[in-house]
Amino acid sequence: MPTADGRRRLALIATKGTLDWAYPPFILASAAGAMDWDVGVFFTFYGLPLLKKDLNPEVTPVGNPAMPMKMPFGSEKFQNINWPIPKVLSHNIPGFDSMATGLMKKMFKNKGVATIEELREICVETDVRLIACQMTMDVFGFSKEEFIDETEIAGAAAFLEYAADADVTLFV
Amino acid sequence: MSDLKIDKTLDCKGMLCPMPIVKTRKAMKGMEVGELLEMFSTDPGAMPDMNAWARQTKHELLEAQELEERLFRFVVKKTH
Repeated sequence: MPTADGRRRLALIATKGTLDWAYPPFILASAAGAMDWDVGVFFTFYGLPLLKKDLNPEVTPVGNPAMPMKMPFGSEKFQNINWPIPKVLSHNIPGFDSMATGLMKKMFKNKGVATIEELREICVETDVRLIACQMTMDVFGFSKEEFIDETEIAGAAAFLEYAADADVTLFV
Repeated sequence: MSDLKIDKTLDCKGMLCPMPIVKTRKAMKGMEVGELLEMFSTDPGAMPDMNAWARQTKHELLEAQELEERLFRFVVKKTH
């Protein structure tokens, strides 16, 4: 069944709140919004913090064995080196995650990738529905006041009803 | 380049996905129906993306050219 106004619909589920995994839902949602699609993103479990007013996602190389370790400065050749950092170091040095987060942000900025904050703002401007999962909010102790004003609160049934009329549904 | 009468020019050079289509949409918002927007991008993904964006939004992509390596020029007509 098409949406009431005949627009295409994208229904996303965002379950991960790290800097790297924050990108796919916000990029897809903002791109669909820019194409005048009707878009809704359901934030659940670790995706919930992406709705916080104070947005500060980090990335960790732990459990991310395919994550390239590259430097966002120096010559192009230097920047293309994938540093073979032993897991025993990346998993144990205090502050390694902060460093990896800083390097990833710098690399994205250098390459012309928008920040998560910018992409989320675009989602708001293009009327993307940002839906927080009530159940996970209760479990992890989030309150609506912590989230940006545009946040809607709903449960699985409400999202499924919305997703049932979607042309594209993705779980991230 | 062609001799189309351009009403507005948008520079998206240095930006990656999805910013060229996001900025294009935003620029179009402030324009009148029938006007032409010219957009420059260095993102190789902008070629397939602008084609898709135009099909989806039903605006008319009049020109899509690669001027040189990694430099693209698009002209879009606002249709609605």
